[in-house]
Amino acid sequence: MNATISLPTILRPYADGARKLDAVGSTVGEVFSELAGRHPKLAEQLLSPDGGLPVFVNVFVDDEDIRYMDGLDTGVGERTEITILPAVAGG
Amino acid sequence: MSISLPAQVREAMLAHAYACHPEESCGLLAGADDGEIRMAYPLTNILHSPTNYTIDPKEHFRSLKHADRSGWDLIGVFHSHPHTEAAPSRTDIRLATEPDWLYVLIGMERLDAPQIRAFRIRDHAVTEETLDFETPGATLAAYPINRPGEPA
Repeated sequence: MNATISLPTILRPYADGARKLDAVGSTVGEVFSELAGRHPKLAEQLLSPDGGLPVFVNVFVDDEDIRYMDGLDTGVGERTEITILPAVAGG
Repeated sequence: MSISLPAQVREAMLAHAYACHPEESCGLLAGADDGEIRMAYPLTNILHSPTNYTIDPKEHFRSLKHADRSGWDLIGVFHSHPHTEAAPSRTDIRLATEPDWLYVLIGMERLDAPQIRAFRIRDHAVTEETLDFETPGATLAAYPINRPGEPA
């Protein structure tokens, strides 16, 4: 399945400045793994050392937060839009 | 060069700060290519804390989509300090992730004279931006803005 991934400003330098990337996979985890081959430093930001989703990264598949779906196992269909948002926080 | 802060945006930020007080309020700012602030999205602080905030990710996503549809980008974040001045805390600096965003602080040390200031935070370095306050609307007539450097 082909997915389009929208990147926030902070992650674009890890993807040669791209705002959007296309990637292939049947789950979000597979899409991220496929991206890792082309943009390994980007993948380091999207996946924690244990292979999970970092606390400060939010991922939406179409309009849904994958934390409330199946996490990185969330399915990806044809022309799925994946949006990555950094957590916005402070004190 | 100063950044124009539309009165409606200021009122939205202040109204949210008062409504959330004594918890920290938070939200996002959208703007056009010309850098002008066009919209304030008052959002939920999922921590409901007087000392910390995290924007509800779902509302962040919805705001992004609305900004996209309107031809804008998200260009900043605002939040209140319910009991202290309008300056970035150590936590604000540590967690600032967007080098091009405007970080707007609403200091409510004096509830009758909230202070609004704006900053860039890049690699833990803080630079203040000058805000150009447009004519206040009727809503805030009773709450004069205490600009930095002016007596409260």
